[in-house]
Amino acid sequence: MKFIIKNGTIVNPARGQHEQGDVVVENGKIVSLGGHADEQGAEVYDATGCFVTPGLIDMHVHLREPGQTGKEDIHTGTQAAAAGGVTRVATMANTSPVIDSATVLRSVQKRVEESGVVKVSIIGAISKGLEGKQLSGMGGMAKAGAVAFSDDGRYVESADFMRRAMEYADMLDKMIIDHAEDMTMCRQGFMNEGTNSYCMGVTGRPAAGEDIAVARDIILSELTGCHLHVAHVSSARAVELIRQAKKRGSRVTTEVTAQHLYFTDDYLKGYEPVYKMAPPIRAEKDRQALLEGVLDGTIDAIITDHAPHANEEKDVPFCCAPNGIAGLETSLGSVLTMFYHTHRLSIDRIVELMSTNPARLLRVEGGILNAGKPADITVINPDYEWTVHGKDLYTKTLFTPYEGITLKGKAVLTLVDGQVVMKEGKVLK
Amino acid sequence: MSLKGRSIVSLEGLSSAEIERILQVAAQMKNIVISQNKKLDVLRGKSIATLFFEASTRTRSSFELAAKYLGADVVNISKSGSSMTKGESVRDTALTLSAMGVDALVIRDSSEGAAVFVSRAGSPRVAIPPVINAGDGAHAHPSQGLLDMFTVREAGISLKGMKYVILGDILHSRVARSDIIGFAKMGADVHLYGPRTLVPKELEALGCTVDDSMEEALDGADAINVLRIQLERAAGGFIPSLSEYSSLFGLNRRRLALAKPGAIVMHPGPMNRGVEISEDLAYDERSWIQEEVRNGVAIRMAMLYLILTEGKDIEVHN
Repeated sequence: MKFIIKNGTIVNPARGQHEQGDVVVENGKIVSLGGHADEQGAEVYDATGCFVTPGLIDMHVHLREPGQTGKEDIHTGTQAAAAGGVTRVATMANTSPVIDSATVLRSVQKRVEESGVVKVSIIGAISKGLEGKQLSGMGGMAKAGAVAFSDDGRYVESADFMRRAMEYADMLDKMIIDHAEDMTMCRQGFMNEGTNSYCMGVTGRPAAGEDIAVARDIILSELTGCHLHVAHVSSARAVELIRQAKKRGSRVTTEVTAQHLYFTDDYLKGYEPVYKMAPPIRAEKDRQALLEGVLDGTIDAIITDHAPHANEEKDVPFCCAPNGIAGLETSLGSVLTMFYHTHRLSIDRIVELMSTNPARLLRVEGGILNAGKPADITVINPDYEWTVHGKDLYTKTLFTPYEGITLKGKAVLTLVDGQVVMKEGKVLK
Repeated sequence: MSLKGRSIVSLEGLSSAEIERILQVAAQMKNIVISQNKKLDVLRGKSIATLFFEASTRTRSSFELAAKYLGADVVNISKSGSSMTKGESVRDTALTLSAMGVDALVIRDSSEGAAVFVSRAGSPRVAIPPVINAGDGAHAHPSQGLLDMFTVREAGISLKGMKYVILGDILHSRVARSDIIGFAKMGADVHLYGPRTLVPKELEALGCTVDDSMEEALDGADAINVLRIQLERAAGGFIPSLSEYSSLFGLNRRRLALAKPGAIVMHPGPMNRGVEISEDLAYDERSWIQEEVRNGVAIRMAMLYLILTEGKDIEVHN
């Protein structure tokens, strides 16, 4: 059946398109973009006042399958994605077992077919068991569809091993995504090192640990020629190191989480585990540098690092809680509140950061609206105000750092291959 | 003035007037501690649970005796003898005791933020009673901060305008953080000194001065609080050895001479005599270390009394 998204503003930066008009979808594909569509025999969604954009792509999430379904699973994680207007996620390998072979990767693909609400790309591990010692089955995983390799959650400690991993990944024409925190400086820490951590008596994770790791991996990328994508950059100096590397023409890209752009370590003063993540939420000067990095294009993508934990795991004293928070359902609202409504970024740039660029980096379909292509579409009401409550979210966890915060802007319709998977906040699958 | 129903997790949460009131009531309580008949009945019918998830001699027995001197019933829970060995969480342990009707929880844990976590741990059916933080990791130890202020004042030194020096491992010390906040709030000039690795400059944000030399720190000091240095700090790369620490940063008679005549020496205990403090100073007449312990009971009596009652003055007739 024909489906028409009517009267919205089509925002399609990859084609330089920003215009009022209708989008017609049929048989899972986009039929036409713009102009006035004939409503005869069609289901119509009135998108007046809304943006109609390519489906958002979150290139860094943890769906927790296999083995950690107490935290999240592919069904609930992709429901959360649909609710957040995200039509494709790339999920990380730090599951149990680790996604370090084609066999495990195929088993995850099978689970995605069975229970995925949105599209899922899979990032394979760099090292077997994330131990940083032996290469994972990169070739087999690449063949089976892995989009990149990452030991995210862990830093690859050996520079020598990372060098080999980059050489091998580059041979396969895949990028390496690194979790850059030097663990000799950061392993014991629970929050950003700074005035707050010292005053609170909490052992810190210094930004210097991230800076050192980012510098090392840029050097290794320049040595090997491998595309390095720095995961969740969080410190001011790391942004600057990446900016300089890009100026030199190095194959370095990066991403930032919505929460690192929104919060600072002042929020941790109440010892609440809901703000605990790695790398940690940093100081205001770092946040400003991240904003600057987004504005000047040093930062390529905005992600969530959606990494929920079971409620009982987070409902413990601050220092005992694991790192990681849920983010898929709050990132768009957070970014619109932070950038769009403050006139710092246009909706076109936001779509680039949250859809077009991730598609290009992952080299997957999407990030652009094209007639004849799969209808992965997000409709965004930028003026919809809503107050976040963990209990209302699709993710398994009740905890969100945005609890009680009012955000302005929300996805109101999500289409995957032409099928409506979320409408007015309700996930239909 | 009463603090009825309030939790005390750090001195940041108390105003200077409230601190003043605790010190005032503690002075009345001290008369009881040193009297022959130590039993009052002002907390009769109240019960207090101490949850000590980390080893402690003085703080634990001090809170227990404080509660008993005031006529309260006390139950003591530790990690090893409790269901926590079966994996019961901190939250559930606190809820369990609360459901049994205890009127206050006193908690000690090795993890920063544990006390505030417990104070927020209520469920729809069970409220958590007032919580007193008896030390959470390197964060806070408010009763120690209060008893240090009480001790200084008892030695005849006015808090306002005095120079209070804390020597040693500030980085890992909850006592230091509570002292800095408390003394600064009461108008004292607080100075810190020790190895650079253990005295972060960032702590000046709490309202104190980090000095660059022992001379600078001790010059004109009214009271010096010496912190315990742990052997593990050498293995952690913070100091080369205890003997080097002792020679560069230990307090001895020669160094004490830099302070004001009549300056007092304090230590939260347990001491490493001959390391951070010389053997002879530990028992010198200028040392108020044992008096601090005695005052600890009075302070904890005052805290319990003020959070559990309307806080009327106590008159004691010996």
